[in-house]
Amino acid sequence: MLKLLKYALYDILKSRFAMIYTVFMILVAVSIYQVSDDLSKVSLSLMNIMIMIVPLISAVFATTHFYNNLEFIELMLAQPVKRSHVFLSQLLAVILMLSLSILIGFGLPMLLWGADSSLVTLLGVGVILSAVFAGFAFLASVLTRDKAKAIGISLGLWIYFSLVYDGFVLYLIYSFADYPLEKVTLGLVMLNPVDLGRILMLMQLDISALMGYTGAFFQQFFNSSMGILVAGGTLFIWVLWPNLLAMRVFKKRDF
Amino acid sequence: MKPLALSILFFFCLIGSPETLAATVRITPGQSIQEAVDRASAGDTLTISEGTYKQFGIIIRKPLTIIGENYPVIDADFKGNILIVATTNLTIQGLKLINTGRSNMDDSAAIKFFDSKNCVIRDNILENTYFGLHFSNSSQLTIINNKINASALKEFEVGNGIHLWKCKNSYIGNNQVFGHRDGIYLEFVTNTQAKGNLVERNMRYGLHFMFSHDNSYIRNTFRKNGAGVAVMYTKNVVMRENRFEENWGSSAYGILLKDISDSEVVGNVFLKNTVGIYMEGSSRIEFKNNTFRENGWALKLMASCDQNTFQANNFTQNTFDISTNGSTVLNTLTENYWDKYEGYDLDKNYVGDIGYRPVNLYSVIVEKIPAAVILWRSFMVTLLDRMEKIIPTLTPDEMIDESPKMRPYDFG
Amino acid sequence: MISVKNISKKFGKLQVLKDFNLEFQLGNSYALMGPNGSGKTTIIKTILGMVMPDSGEILVKGQPIKGSHSYRQDIGYMPQIGRYPSNMKIGQLFSMMKDMRPEIKNYDLDLVEAFELDQMKDKAMGTLSGGTRQKVSAALAFLFSPDILILDEPTAGLDPIAVEILKAKIKKERIAGKLILITSHIMSDLEELTNQAVYIFEGEVYFNDTIESLKEITGEDRFSPAIAKLMQWTLKKKATKREMSHVETT
Repeated sequence: MLKLLKYALYDILKSRFAMIYTVFMILVAVSIYQVSDDLSKVSLSLMNIMIMIVPLISAVFATTHFYNNLEFIELMLAQPVKRSHVFLSQLLAVILMLSLSILIGFGLPMLLWGADSSLVTLLGVGVILSAVFAGFAFLASVLTRDKAKAIGISLGLWIYFSLVYDGFVLYLIYSFADYPLEKVTLGLVMLNPVDLGRILMLMQLDISALMGYTGAFFQQFFNSSMGILVAGGTLFIWVLWPNLLAMRVFKKRDF
Repeated sequence: MKPLALSILFFFCLIGSPETLAATVRITPGQSIQEAVDRASAGDTLTISEGTYKQFGIIIRKPLTIIGENYPVIDADFKGNILIVATTNLTIQGLKLINTGRSNMDDSAAIKFFDSKNCVIRDNILENTYFGLHFSNSSQLTIINNKINASALKEFEVGNGIHLWKCKNSYIGNNQVFGHRDGIYLEFVTNTQAKGNLVERNMRYGLHFMFSHDNSYIRNTFRKNGAGVAVMYTKNVVMRENRFEENWGSSAYGILLKDISDSEVVGNVFLKNTVGIYMEGSSRIEFKNNTFRENGWALKLMASCDQNTFQANNFTQNTFDISTNGSTVLNTLTENYWDKYEGYDLDKNYVGDIGYRPVNLYSVIVEKIPAAVILWRSFMVTLLDRMEKIIPTLTPDEMIDESPKMRPYDFG
Repeated sequence: MISVKNISKKFGKLQVLKDFNLEFQLGNSYALMGPNGSGKTTIIKTILGMVMPDSGEILVKGQPIKGSHSYRQDIGYMPQIGRYPSNMKIGQLFSMMKDMRPEIKNYDLDLVEAFELDQMKDKAMGTLSGGTRQKVSAALAFLFSPDILILDEPTAGLDPIAVEILKAKIKKERIAGKLILITSHIMSDLEELTNQAVYIFEGEVYFNDTIESLKEITGEDRFSPAIAKLMQWTLKKKATKREMSHVETT
């Protein structure tokens, strides 16, 4: 497995896309560092960009990568290796590449000009969201036999989780404003990985406002490590299930 | 001169022993402080030696100077008050007063003053007291350098740290008050100054005053109190260079201003509060040179406020700058620095060429539905806010700073 | 050596293989033929474990292949179009393939040397021409001296010199007693390289015997016309089938 991963990584890290993505991230981070006069403003701006861009790029790139490598994947399947290893080597290579681009693109300027805990959280959230959306993309890829369709599904998931879902939650909150909705909204947020990543950032940037939430449960949730643990744990589940499901389908798929 | 000397001698003879003119009496552990006080004459100095005195309910009705050596401990063992004072010209210094009664029937306090005047309470340590220092109907008090520390878990288990009722012309300086219900509580207190106090982790309010006109609060720090600072029904208040920090909670405020008028709030720092300033029914207050940083809401300005001026303040890294519940705006915003301002300055006069509207759409929504805060900074909410910035519909149109600064003020 | 037993496979509504049975014996070289969409590729992919049959089983060296991956150690596969990660170098591709078979230490470098791939070790796969990629695919298929060789259109895209080299290599392996399975559209190649003809039509084995008997049955003495005749027969059969079904429905 590790050997396969080594070669897959070698290929993907030298790809033009990896370079462009990393350079793009560096440019974004550098320009934001240049115009912002303090660190939390930097992490705010970076977060706005990251929450949008990272899932999009991850979803599109992972789908494209899967289909571009389909013949090679087929050739590997004809070799004496386990299917799951072939799948994992491709998936992990994509996730590692996407993560490295974020870590280098955002991390390098941080090393140069300083970072605070919110920026470090941002890096973590970026890596996790990459893994989640790469998982979705691989799932869409193994479930379809057509690149265009798979990209369509990936984009659909991105729009759903970045925009539509929050609109739905806001609508719900607005419609049932007279009811105590705190627990419901918190529960709904757990069902969206992008929101979870955002909440982890909010706990760093807007903790004062979050503490305005009524009820002891939320005070405890946001003010202690429990919130971070629960949100982080749920995000971990979000990383696992699409990826594992994609692997299950991959193991039974015809090529 | 002879008749005068004679008459003085005669006076001394009348009182008793001549030493009492400025006598110093030493009290050691095992002796009764109450007896020493009763024996002492007005103007005497009582020195209390190091050690533990299990005594309470000591009544002082004459001017004395009571000084502790190396903080002698007076332990009331959870029974009633420790010292009860009704006199003038009393000094209490260097005592460690612990474990008062817990009853709110008689409001047990470490030191309780009635109808006193010209008293100095300094350098004392109070631990585990129900009320710390409790003053009624007194004046010309000097309360300085005391450390008052309670460790109750519930609001009803503890009274106020420094409690003044119907007092005037006093000074409260450099005290530390921790863990009480209200840190400093003033009711019907006038012409008083609180300066350089550190008020932290009190159950309810760090500072709480009502009907207390003409007072000033300078360079105090109010930190992590249950609900911040609440001041009500008062005129002519001066608040300068105080710090209001980390007051977190659904009804926690840096300051809650209710029916305050003709006052000034200048050079204060509001850091990491859920709400920096919440005000209702207040008017003619001048807010100047304050720093609002990392608050959930820098200001919550209710529609019942009018003629207030916010000038030359810094608003940085607040989740929301201002929220309000009405559409009419009778207050003035001018020359503030807003870090969210995205305008430009073509004429390079360091003032933005277009105005800044500090109320954003989502803060209006969150005001109505607090649960909606969870969606803040999502892509959809950012889109909504952008649209609102271009075509204001829900946010009050007149709430605008026409001369936003391009750079933050340096308040040092 | 390879037993294909009662394999059925549907892709969606399309029945590609229906109760398919075939035996491939060691020492023989099979020409796998049939019109487009007849199921040739599907049967190869099923043997390689890339396509999962709906029912039936495949035995390689007497062992069922389901759930196993080690049997592929004995198969050298040359795909029709070899596409490789574009940033991977030829040398890396070879070492990766070797890493996948750590037990095999003796490599058959005949084709590597004949195609002079050694000198191109540091070239990235993305920069290679289609012909060179085919050379790489061929060299990889023979690299581990497997008992079974599955070659999908092996000569397509190769220059005449390379074609001759590859054909010579295939013949050499056939003499060495390997099982070889070839699909091709070039009849002369098949005639030259194989001794058994398997003709698949609509998911069923239509003909499976030696080339000699094929020639006998069709009455042609050359391979190509013999196959053409076979194709005509199958088409006729299809036409009658259609007629019959028409009769049936009316």
